[in-house]
Amino acid sequence: MSVLVYTENWDGKFKKLSFELVSYAAGVAKLLNTTVAAVSIGRVEENELKKLGNYGAVKIISVNNDQLVSLDSQAYASVISEISVKEGASVIVFANNNTGKAVAPRVSVRLKAGVGSGVSRLPLNVDPFTVYKRTYSGNAFAHVIIKSAVKIITLAQNSFDLIETANNATIEILNISVDPSLLKTSVKDVQKQSGKIVLTDADIVVSGGRGMKSADNWSPLIELATLLGAATACSRPVSDEGWRPHDEHTGQTGKIIAPNLYIAVGISGATQHLAGISSSKYIVAINSDKDAPVFEAAQYGIVGDAMKVLPKLVAAVKEIKK
Amino acid sequence: MKILVCISNVPDTTTKIKFAGGNSSIDTTGVQWVINPWDELSLTRALELKDDAATGIKSVTVIHVGNAASEPTIRKALAIGADDGIRVNAESPDAWYVASQIAEVVKNDQFDIILCGIESSDYNGSVVGGMVAEFLGIPSVSAVSGINIENGQPVLTREIDGGKEIIALSAPFVAIVQKGIAKEPRIAAMRGIMMARSKPVKLIDPVAVEPLTLISVFEKPAPRTACKYIDADNAEQLIDLLQNEAKVI
Ligand SMILES: Cc1cc2nc3c(=O)[nH]c(=O)nc-3n(C[C@H](O)[C@H](O)[C@H](O)COP(=O)(O)OP(=O)(O)OC[C@H]3O[C@@H](n4cnc5c(N)ncnc54)[C@H](O)[C@@H]3O)c2cc1C
Repeated sequence: MSVLVYTENWDGKFKKLSFELVSYAAGVAKLLNTTVAAVSIGRVEENELKKLGNYGAVKIISVNNDQLVSLDSQAYASVISEISVKEGASVIVFANNNTGKAVAPRVSVRLKAGVGSGVSRLPLNVDPFTVYKRTYSGNAFAHVIIKSAVKIITLAQNSFDLIETANNATIEILNISVDPSLLKTSVKDVQKQSGKIVLTDADIVVSGGRGMKSADNWSPLIELATLLGAATACSRPVSDEGWRPHDEHTGQTGKIIAPNLYIAVGISGATQHLAGISSSKYIVAINSDKDAPVFEAAQYGIVGDAMKVLPKLVAAVKEIKK
Repeated sequence: MKILVCISNVPDTTTKIKFAGGNSSIDTTGVQWVINPWDELSLTRALELKDDAATGIKSVTVIHVGNAASEPTIRKALAIGADDGIRVNAESPDAWYVASQIAEVVKNDQFDIILCGIESSDYNGSVVGGMVAEFLGIPSVSAVSGINIENGQPVLTREIDGGKEIIALSAPFVAIVQKGIAKEPRIAAMRGIMMARSKPVKLIDPVAVEPLTLISVFEKPAPRTACKYIDADNAEQLIDLLQNEAKVI
């Protein structure tokens, strides 16, 4: 028995999310009196792999195979399933991100393992195995009993704190070749913007809504974000209008994020918008309408005109950065 | 080529969620049921592809696993433009059960492209599409924001962190779609609503499948602490509070 965690890498590097996953898996392993094995697919140097040990992985299994350079969910699922059988995994942890959502359900079918997705706490109970997950787009949380022998959890990003431990990890390089009949997708082109903070990774997000009035008004918002090391986001009408790029749209039908701090500027706080941001640790609302629903979700609020408030915030942040 | 669009029937996104049965289910009184927003968009894209003769898409079928109460949602999909519908006549206890049923239907009635939304707005599971593909042993691509047929060859756009990938593959496959797949959901016109009445909806009995998960209880999110207001004239105080009280900057 063990807990297996799939740790994705980005150009050979792990990020905070990877360590959250391992920390979480270590927490699950403790409840089950067992240990964590982490699986990495792709070219990751040994010193980078070793970092997973800082968060409780006892065994680190590295699969580096030319067939697996880009994500093919069918092939990845076959590799991860094979490893989990070999490791006797009773719980498999993925991130509830694009990759986890692509691979976890396929592993589920291979291993007849029930999935609890978008989980944000350690299991509430190990027998029956009960997880705590987001439902109704954040308007409710459910206690879900997973009845199968093997359980799959996809962990919500930024929902679990990093826990460092003594590093006792061993690294195993595993050669697995994938049946070519499982490799049916090919990536023809990759278009990447560099330099932009990935919204789902950002600790701080500054977001603008229709109350920003026009695309031309965004510079103080961007300046505030830059000073705070924050990503920029927006409400749906803003991206629909073309004021901001579509990849900034947060909410029910856009990105679901959980930063430590979400600053909503000129956003009314419609349920569909809140659905994407309600797991943020702190929400700040800046809105000229004192009755805007966004204040009900916020811990800090400023009733005022965004165009007057933003320059003051920019000046104040510059002051503390001095 | 034939497209199958998987449709989930969910409470309208503005519904105030309340619970019933000792918090083990949601209270459906007064709930307006709608096509899951993602599925509405994937249906829209499927119809756009069919409208373009060059794609070779011949038909768009919608499938739903649910009881008779969700019939209006299927009719709505037909009114928007789907050619026909399939309803697997069963309550849907979990994603495993739903995916098993859909896969069973596809085994008996071939489809080339199966579209699923990235999540349904009720259980936020994000698993049905991938499960269907694995049950069928066919490829799946997740986070799909674009789908086209170029010279008979399907081409998908997949969202990745900070960018996109263009992916080629052959049918049959499952595409799990998200924002970008279509601009605005297509709306049913009067003519469509009239025509929907006579479009076929095939009723299929479920196969016996044991669900793997069970919701024991729902709870409301923890209430947020009351909002602390900062006077707009002294907006800079916010930065001080974020730094020294909340400690997030
Ligand atoms: C199925 C469905 C899915 C949806 N999904 C999403 C989603 O994913 N994300 C999303 O955001 N929306 C979504 N919506 C839309 C949502 O219902 C709202 O319409 C939208 O969030 C409103 O955006 P907003 O707050 O920017 O604009 P508005 O609601 O127009 O709010 C603008 C706010 O700005 C304030 N304001 C005006 N002037 C100023 C000023 N000078 N200074 C400060 N404040 C000012 C106003 O008081 C107001 O509160 C969805 C809707 C549906 C039906």
